[in-house]
Amino acid sequence: MTDETSNVVQSLSVAEVADVELYHPKSWITKYVFSQDAKIIAIQYSITALSIGLVALVMSWLMRLQLGFPGLLSFIDADRYYQIMTMHGMIMVIYLLTALFLGGFGNYLIPLMLGARDMVFPYVNMLSFWVYLLAVLVLVASFFVPGGPTGAGWTLYPPQAILATTPGKEWGIIVMLVSLMLFIIGFTMGGLNYVVTVLQGRTRGMTLLRMPLTVWGIFTATVLALLAFPALFVGCVMMLLDRVIGTSFFMPAIVSMGEQLPYKGGSPILFQHLFWFFGHPEVYIVALPAFGIISDLISTHARKNIFGYRMMVWALVAIGALSFVVWAHHMYVSGMHPAFGFFFATTTLIIAIPTAIKVYNWVLTLWRGDIHLTVPMLFALAFIVTFVNGGLTGLFLGNVVVDVPLSDTMFVVAHFHMVMGIAPIFAIFGAIYHWYPKVTGRLLSDTLGKLHFWVTFLGAYAIFFPLHYIGLMGVPRRYYEMGEMAFVPPSTVTLNAFITIVALIVGAAQLMFVFNLVWSLRRGRPAGGNPWGATTLEWQTPQTPPGHGNWGKTLPVVYRWAYDYSVPGAAQDFLPQNQPPVPRTA
Amino acid sequence: MRIAVALALIVLGSVVFHLLSPWWWTPIASNWSYIDDTILITFWITGVVFAAVVLFMAYCVFRFRHREGSRAAYQPESTRLEWWLSIGTGLGVAAMLAPGLFVWDQFVTVPKDATTVEVVGQQWQWSYRLPGADGRLGASDVAYVSPDNPLGLDPKDPHGQDDVIIQGDQLHLQLGKPVKILLRSLDVVHDFYVPEFRAKMDMIPGSVTYYWFTPTRVGTFEVLCAELCGVGHSHMRGSVVVELESDHRTWLLQQRTFAQLRAPVRADAGNERWIRDEPQNRNLQLTGNGRRSHD
Repeated sequence: MTDETSNVVQSLSVAEVADVELYHPKSWITKYVFSQDAKIIAIQYSITALSIGLVALVMSWLMRLQLGFPGLLSFIDADRYYQIMTMHGMIMVIYLLTALFLGGFGNYLIPLMLGARDMVFPYVNMLSFWVYLLAVLVLVASFFVPGGPTGAGWTLYPPQAILATTPGKEWGIIVMLVSLMLFIIGFTMGGLNYVVTVLQGRTRGMTLLRMPLTVWGIFTATVLALLAFPALFVGCVMMLLDRVIGTSFFMPAIVSMGEQLPYKGGSPILFQHLFWFFGHPEVYIVALPAFGIISDLISTHARKNIFGYRMMVWALVAIGALSFVVWAHHMYVSGMHPAFGFFFATTTLIIAIPTAIKVYNWVLTLWRGDIHLTVPMLFALAFIVTFVNGGLTGLFLGNVVVDVPLSDTMFVVAHFHMVMGIAPIFAIFGAIYHWYPKVTGRLLSDTLGKLHFWVTFLGAYAIFFPLHYIGLMGVPRRYYEMGEMAFVPPSTVTLNAFITIVALIVGAAQLMFVFNLVWSLRRGRPAGGNPWGATTLEWQTPQTPPGHGNWGKTLPVVYRWAYDYSVPGAAQDFLPQNQPPVPRTA
Repeated sequence: MRIAVALALIVLGSVVFHLLSPWWWTPIASNWSYIDDTILITFWITGVVFAAVVLFMAYCVFRFRHREGSRAAYQPESTRLEWWLSIGTGLGVAAMLAPGLFVWDQFVTVPKDATTVEVVGQQWQWSYRLPGADGRLGASDVAYVSPDNPLGLDPKDPHGQDDVIIQGDQLHLQLGKPVKILLRSLDVVHDFYVPEFRAKMDMIPGSVTYYWFTPTRVGTFEVLCAELCGVGHSHMRGSVVVELESDHRTWLLQQRTFAQLRAPVRADAGNERWIRDEPQNRNLQLTGNGRRSHD
């Protein structure tokens, strides 16, 4: 990959792209509210996602309080518990993680990192955010409709999702399905934009294999999302019809509470296939951007090129492709044909190989680096620990017969929180500490950042590591209360209380993070244009924060890959992508 | 620096917790010790990998932390190293997958001599059905479900008449006898789960699913529902008794068949008869007009 001097076209002229093609805002409203600037849209996405994420965080406290100290909060009865559980999961996976990685980081970083002025369809990009906001508002509305939000679990399995014995049967489930459909519509508008911008909007010299891995991660994840979300959309439409006009797509003949229902001939397991055909790629829609971001954080803060860049790109693509043929590993005990188990266990475990390569290359990047233990670097290290931990427990659950005893237990809860809850959130934290200076021109407080890191990292591990063992004992997930279980030793009650206390502390630390975000906006140390000495284009903008159009009169021209750190013979320990090579003295 | 120590302590702490904490699987009571063995193999392989990766990171952070004047090496890639690591990972994955698929094959292949027991889930209780003297379960359909036919057996199917039906009571299984559990649900998705048996499977309304195992330990074991089934999910409990063959036979004789359960209906039609003399019904007889009375 040392293409920095060998195959560079030396005579590249600067690309002059007049910025008249951009729609320049004429008023405060069009600049900050109905903005078509990807950077503003990114901030709108991020603030919305983090706000609704805080709601889901509070819900996790309520759930933990019920599990650690049953009956302590009298207003949490079984109905409320399942409603809180459902909304927590749905918000975290879709409305926080998906929206923040793609709508937030995608919008901010894709044009800047590729040397583009903006996304290729700025108007559609603006619509994407407003439809997303509408989806969030509809979701929030479900807290206020009669009967409250649905308590069907974030997987919304029929028939229970639309029967009277599940909370939120009246309106909650309808509102939930509508909100999901809106989210998918909004995402599709944004997603098409990201893909086309990556394919068509790159500046001169920015070949695909010179793109930073962050862009590769977001790009691959967006392609996955564009292919996977339609399956969920279809599932939502059919379930809505089952619920509202009494069709039987997912509903077989049923006797509910002694009463014969009018449904007949539908297939509950069809919904599960549709859901997981979306649901498994969804894991990677969240993970792949995190992979890319972590690669860039580690490389920048270890002052060393990412190890095995090409392998990293192909691993991303391979994981993305494989993620479409593993979905039924969520359904090993669903009663589907047993022969499926052989196929899906094999594909699932094969996906471990490209994933492991990524992990090896991250830690090999640290080897003989010059590691600056900044807050972004600390979160990147924490990401690797939690991701490796969660990835390895995935080898338990992916191996069909091992899944049989562990499926639907707290082991699964611990696994997916570690691998697609905690790990991506650490990537988000690392990314925010890393890019906040570019967005605002000021650094986040380092002291608060380190405190936030230590409490969150050690706390999250202390919450979710022991939880695996509660599941290994056989305690099922989604239990409003454990009650008496003969096979569970009494000490488990103490362990559950401990986990709850740690969860409350970790939760409080997030409020400190929010405070840091607001406080540093005015009081943070001025960052300058490139505080980390990074090579990628977003750090080379003429202004910080970058203005509308990003680049002033001329677009940057790219001469090298994104990872020229500590190049032997170079004066600085980094060479920006747009720095022309030194003419060789023959 | 502190992070290097923290990373090492996380590895150490995880290993100590794994070895010394009181929370571990409940002792097995079925033939699926192969599953436990596969879990142990997986624990070993993944544990070694986790420790190796995190300790390597800790070492790197300690050894290559930034100091005044230090500079990183420039090494874009090493095809050889990457190939070796991929091959090593592939072998590790195969070492877990191969025994896993081998045991899965056994898990889905029901032995010919297995007896059949049907478990029926409905919100939020378990019911059971065992074949009668003819050794066959009669046909069933949700459409037949009514107060006097709670499991929806086909009243015209002769094979169903002698089926033993157990509602609101324990299921008894015979020690050492392979049993195929047929799973049926009347309303939503449930999952018949006994942690000691290691096996579980969802029951889907509209179809019949199954799994099999051989009980290997005498005792009473808790039945849980493992698939979210509405607001009463965590209260959907029951229990299974595993006992010797003689005890099991005695128990079976005390149970009532489908035909006997429906006897009151026939009594209505003027067919006066006594319910079979059995402990829980000893004081119970039918009067001529079909009403029950205690004497």
